[in-house]
Amino acid sequence: MDFRLTEEQRALRDGTRELLAKRFGRERLRAAVDAPGLDRALWRELGGAGFFALRLPERAGGVGLGLPEAVLVLEEAGRALLPGPLVACQLLAGAVDGVAAGERIVALCEAERDPVLWEHPGDCDELILVEGGAGRGGAGPGGGSGDGPGGALRGAQGRTGGACRSAADRIARAPFTSLDPLTPLARVTDLRRTAPLALDVPRLRREAALLTAAQQLGSAVRTVEMAVGHAREREQFGVPIGTFQAIKHLCAQMLVRAEIARSAVYAAAVTERADEVTAAKLLADEAAVRNARDCLQVHGGMGFTWDVDVHLHLKRAWLRAERWGSAREAEELLADGLLA
Amino acid sequence: MDLTYSPEEEDFRARLRTWLGEVLPGLPPKPAARDWPGRRAYDTAWQRMLFDAGYAGLHWPRDAGGQGATPTQHLIFLEETERAGAPYVGANFVGLLHAGPTLAAEGSPGQRARWLPPILRGDDVWCQGFSEPDAGSDLAALRTRAVRDGDSYVVSGAKIWTSHAEVADWCELLVRTDPDVPRHRGISWLAMPMDAPGVTVRPLRTLAGSTEFAEVFLDEVRIPVGNRVGAENDGWRVTMVTLSFERGTAFVGEVVACRRVLGALARAARANGRWDDDVLRRTLGRLNAEFAALWRLTQWNVSEAQHGGGVPGTGGSVFKLRYSHARQELYDAAAEVLGAGALDADHEWVADRLSSLSYTIAAGTSQIQKNIVAERVLGLPKGR
Ligand SMILES: Cc1cc2nc3c(=O)[nH]c(=O)nc-3n(C[C@H](O)[C@H](O)[C@H](O)COP(=O)(O)OP(=O)(O)OC[C@H]3O[C@@H](n4cnc5c(N)ncnc54)[C@H](O)[C@@H]3O)c2cc1C
Repeated sequence: MDFRLTEEQRALRDGTRELLAKRFGRERLRAAVDAPGLDRALWRELGGAGFFALRLPERAGGVGLGLPEAVLVLEEAGRALLPGPLVACQLLAGAVDGVAAGERIVALCEAERDPVLWEHPGDCDELILVEGGAGRGGAGPGGGSGDGPGGALRGAQGRTGGACRSAADRIARAPFTSLDPLTPLARVTDLRRTAPLALDVPRLRREAALLTAAQQLGSAVRTVEMAVGHAREREQFGVPIGTFQAIKHLCAQMLVRAEIARSAVYAAAVTERADEVTAAKLLADEAAVRNARDCLQVHGGMGFTWDVDVHLHLKRAWLRAERWGSAREAEELLADGLLA
Repeated sequence: MDLTYSPEEEDFRARLRTWLGEVLPGLPPKPAARDWPGRRAYDTAWQRMLFDAGYAGLHWPRDAGGQGATPTQHLIFLEETERAGAPYVGANFVGLLHAGPTLAAEGSPGQRARWLPPILRGDDVWCQGFSEPDAGSDLAALRTRAVRDGDSYVVSGAKIWTSHAEVADWCELLVRTDPDVPRHRGISWLAMPMDAPGVTVRPLRTLAGSTEFAEVFLDEVRIPVGNRVGAENDGWRVTMVTLSFERGTAFVGEVVACRRVLGALARAARANGRWDDDVLRRTLGRLNAEFAALWRLTQWNVSEAQHGGGVPGTGGSVFKLRYSHARQELYDAAAEVLGAGALDADHEWVADRLSSLSYTIAAGTSQIQKNIVAERVLGLPKGR
């Protein structure tokens, strides 16, 4: 057993961090806040760098790496607050043409959510709907009104879950004001199936949860750095605020949360066990959300402004926490696991 | 990142499992929680069995009498013994988990030859005389004086919260050997025989009703200079080595135990109907994630230690902070499951709930651990 990152894994992580710092630095991030359309050139560049094709076998033009590597890359994306349906494109790179190269952008949406939400509706070429297979007994607690898109599909495909693809222009949608300025959302009101997509849906959900958790981890680590950086610089009472224990203890707790989440996320990437993925998502959601809140507190009034990035981390963390298994669902699943 | 164990490691696990399966059924019944002499006898007898089977001081270096096992093998040892319900280190805690490793790392060859084998055989029990009535979190404020007189130090002062003092043979004792220099620089680390004239042990009753720790009064106790480990006045550095062992590896086996208890809680809750309580059920589910992650964090720390020279790093503080709180939450949840049964002091979970209260205090309080993480890991400025 050696749980540390390998040389190659560290190089991948560092390389990704450099690429994102160069192509999606602070200025680009703030520009994206003002104009949240996805940058197609950047998307293609990421595709060219193997960002999406990471796990495709080499003979299929991929990089031939595994889930742990995908986790490291998405951790970096989370750290940089890189917007876009990154998880969807990572998971569908082998299933939908053009996605691996960054030529086409696809999003995933979960049918049993209420409302059914679609990320980046203005930038996607296609939407993939997944239904069933979540929660305790297969299908989740219903797609809302019952005649929504989830309802129709659940009858046909039952508990094991299925997926279908829809061209973006064939989806009926209602406007929805997204809490996260970097992630525009639309509410799907009717989704006509263009074609079923052969996917292992339980596996897709598991991996989507894990990769989402990886982004949460990256965000949680980043907000510790932001808090510590601010605590070293900002002075009150004639000394840096980081001298005060109240601030130190907030920062220490943030680090502990991030490290606990890291252990859980990395282990789940290695074992791919459903229970570990569920635990990892739960702990990473907590780390991202609570670290962002504490980071805001450490920043004082400045933290409450639009100009400081803390709110962007918090809003994205809230958004991700709602996707691929909420805290309530995770806790219930893990409770059931204790009796198994 | 590799979480699989190598064939040698699996082989080691299998042998250990077989051995545990053979010897555990023949063990005498556990002594009562409050019977310290009984517990000493029980714990040291178990240590002797480990010694005879070649499992004593598994992760200690070979030249210290250990087996030279890797941290990973040690992890497997802790996991398997706990899973099999083998006795806990108990009275041997200080000797095996921090005094011994400190002696192995810092002692002279003669000191190692003298003190390490009896720890491994279960002949000698050690205790830790660091804390004093006026020096707890602020350990460097300790005042117990040691004045050189020929070949001896003459030691006077008082120690407190000394676990197992009642039944210990030796004490790792911190004393002030130079009162005139900055406080961290005038401390020395001594091995003191507990039966030396002038040593008085007064057991203190804990909130759990046991006499697990004691006050130790030192009245002109003569300790040979040869019992000093490390140079005179260099005791603070030696102490940091001791503390890193104490925080780094000492709680590892307990995580496995907590996972076992969590499963038992869930089954008990289902049997008595409390499983229908959403809040309780979700708490148990959350704790499942918590202990799973703590176990993975342990593997992470062990992997780091295995490649970082053997002395555990600050990962120990991160672990201890989270674990101590998780353990308290676990036994609070147990009380929820037990209902009015949580008022039965003889119930194992209730006794453990009481003892869990010490986890955020002993071995450095949570507040002190947070200071350590903030200052030494995150690099925030020193302050008050
Ligand atoms: C069960 C048990 C077993 C023990 N066994 C041993 C043993 O075998 N040998 C041994 O030497 N010691 C032992 N201890 C002592 C233990 O290490 C101390 O209790 C601990 O370090 C705290 O010191 P204190 O009790 O003097 O509390 P204090 O230091 O007086 O602390 C009181 C409160 O003040 C807080 N505080 C203190 N300083 C600061 C600060 N700078 N910033 C923020 N908060 C602060 C603490 O966190 C705590 O909440 C044991 C303790 C327990 C409970």
